[in-house]
Amino acid sequence: MVYTQSPLAIGLFVFFVLFVLGLSFFLARRTTSASGYYAAGGNIHWFTNGIAFAGDYLSAASFLGICGMIATAGFDGWMYSIGYLAGWMVALFLVAEPMKRLGKYTFTDALDSKFNSKSIQLMAAISTLVVSVFYLIPQMVGAGVLVQPLLGMPHWVGVCIVGVVVTIIVATAGMASTTYVQFFKGALLLICSTIVVALVLFRGLGTDPNQGDTKEYHQFQNLQAEVANGHLQVAGYEVVAGLDSEFGKAGFVKLAQDGLETVWHLKEAATGYELVEALYVTEMADGTKLFNGAPKEDGKFFAVGHIKEITVNGEEIAQTGAVGPLEFLNRFKDSTVVLWGKKYVKVGDSTTTIYYQKPTPGSRILRPGLKFKVDNASGLDKFNFISLMLALFCGTAALPHILIRYYTVPSQAAARKSTIVAIAAIGFFYILTLYLGLGAMTNGVINITDNNMSAPLLALSFGVVLFAVISSLAFATVLGTVSGLIVASAGAVAHDLMDNFLGMNMTDKGKVRAGKISAMVIGAIAIYLGIIFEGMNVSFLVGWAFAVAASANLPAILMILFWKKATAQGVAASILVGLTSSLGLILVSPDMWVRYGLLPQDAPVAFNSPAAISIPASILTLVIISLITQKKGALVEDAAEA
Amino acid sequence: MGHGPAVKLGKDNAAAYKSKIGISMFIVYTLTYFGFVVINAAYPALMEKVYFGQTLAVLYGFFLIIFALVLAVIYNHFCTAAETRLN
Repeated sequence: MVYTQSPLAIGLFVFFVLFVLGLSFFLARRTTSASGYYAAGGNIHWFTNGIAFAGDYLSAASFLGICGMIATAGFDGWMYSIGYLAGWMVALFLVAEPMKRLGKYTFTDALDSKFNSKSIQLMAAISTLVVSVFYLIPQMVGAGVLVQPLLGMPHWVGVCIVGVVVTIIVATAGMASTTYVQFFKGALLLICSTIVVALVLFRGLGTDPNQGDTKEYHQFQNLQAEVANGHLQVAGYEVVAGLDSEFGKAGFVKLAQDGLETVWHLKEAATGYELVEALYVTEMADGTKLFNGAPKEDGKFFAVGHIKEITVNGEEIAQTGAVGPLEFLNRFKDSTVVLWGKKYVKVGDSTTTIYYQKPTPGSRILRPGLKFKVDNASGLDKFNFISLMLALFCGTAALPHILIRYYTVPSQAAARKSTIVAIAAIGFFYILTLYLGLGAMTNGVINITDNNMSAPLLALSFGVVLFAVISSLAFATVLGTVSGLIVASAGAVAHDLMDNFLGMNMTDKGKVRAGKISAMVIGAIAIYLGIIFEGMNVSFLVGWAFAVAASANLPAILMILFWKKATAQGVAASILVGLTSSLGLILVSPDMWVRYGLLPQDAPVAFNSPAAISIPASILTLVIISLITQKKGALVEDAAEA
Repeated sequence: MGHGPAVKLGKDNAAAYKSKIGISMFIVYTLTYFGFVVINAAYPALMEKVYFGQTLAVLYGFFLIIFALVLAVIYNHFCTAAETRLN
């Protein structure tokens, strides 16, 4: 797809960047102590902290990735929203108050509060860095994805802009500036997303997604073909690749008319075939890509997303008009929506990716099974699905950049209340994601080659002003989350490793200086990673970050809080096993095999989500090692009684 | 060692009580969540059934999000009352 840059979007983005930089420099003058730098002085109001939680948590994965997944896979994409939100209940009921009571600046502080163990300090710091980097990569990639439609610049420029701005935010005022950036971003995200959803409902559902009569939607054609002497014949077209070609074997044909080649999906009809128009991208041996047979700039590749039929009370209608939130889902359920399948055809040195229409009942879209294989699934498929949902549930309360927000409030009650505000804000946003995703699915705005832009492009269908606001906000979303991740990582390096593990005994000012230098180094690494991981799916990596956090951190946190016999050796071993087992299983998973250029079915393990194995392995390790080391290690008093 | 809270906290006599109700509510929500996961994995067709004009999948999803907030508010109510009573 070819995007047109909006000066308004650029202006808003520049304004937001200047605003957060000004705020950071203003707060920097008041941030001179380690407590101020790492924990914003511990005096942030619980409501502000709750919205900042939302700003921290609702990352590019939530805003871009989930909306994109719902736009192309329906309910299965929304299950990520449900899983992420459910994880906050672990945080509220089990982790929030003890974390506030036991920790100081970092997640490691709380784990090590009863032991003063070098092994825990080292393992927890490494775990923090690994989880934060896993989370960081998709955020930085998301920044690169956004910069093209927003500023008209290449991927690496977006990554560099975010990296540099965030490094300045964190290196100036640490957690203080990060908190307010996240607060503003969280609040704006909620307000603007609500406006877009309200407009989607006002527009309603229709079979011609012409975006309020402002933009004509490509009318996908059907043709009739006959077979004569074993050859396909289509009136008005020349057959370039017929039934015997590689295209034909895959269920497609390639036709030409007026010098333009098009690909069509073959469907057997009473006489001959019905041909249904498809979209295709051909990648040549030299890396050149043609979109529907022409360079991208020619605009021959169309946005997709339309309803084939809407049925109300047994009658077909073309347009519902304005609908309420429940009526929207009800009407959607009774509609037939055109989704898009994907197939690859290799001819010589070039590979063609074909996107073909799949009319699907709305009720089928609003139930699981389009992305996750749950229908007629093998035990392994079900295991993979349950393992992913387990990782989402257990991961939230183990993300270091989320946990450190508990140190910015003055009391345990404030920690609890801010979590409840976060649950309200995040839960509301996740309800909105369903409407944003389904809105994109039915309004002809999806770039089928990259669904991450579905939400901003949905906003564009309501006018360039809203697109400008949503796009610059999406960029701000990345800023908020990445700044939290860099604070967490800088704390792990400067506070956990340098000050505690290596025993450098820094002064208060030295700790702040070490934190700032660490932030700059981590910012540079983040930029590098964002550039080399260009093209990866945004939500995919966040799922991994959750799996690693849930496996390495959560068993240690919960066992320290609720099992008196946990020892330092057991906790350190548990983190090590959780970290290595989850990482190891990810690295030999089918998804990674594809990244290595190998066939997924050749991967040593047949599942992608490791949590259902690595979490039990981590817990088991903690129990066994703690029981073995009972006499050597210090017993942990029940944290609840501390 | 640089542990301990960033701000000085008073002793919380309600901590044990709050922990107890937190665990109880956690169990309730966890069972509800994994009920959702198990139905999705084992009986996905059931999720397509329509009740009150919506698929069961959508209803259950909305319920999980709203139930989370309701439980959170109830939990906060009991915790705040305990803090007032015991501290």
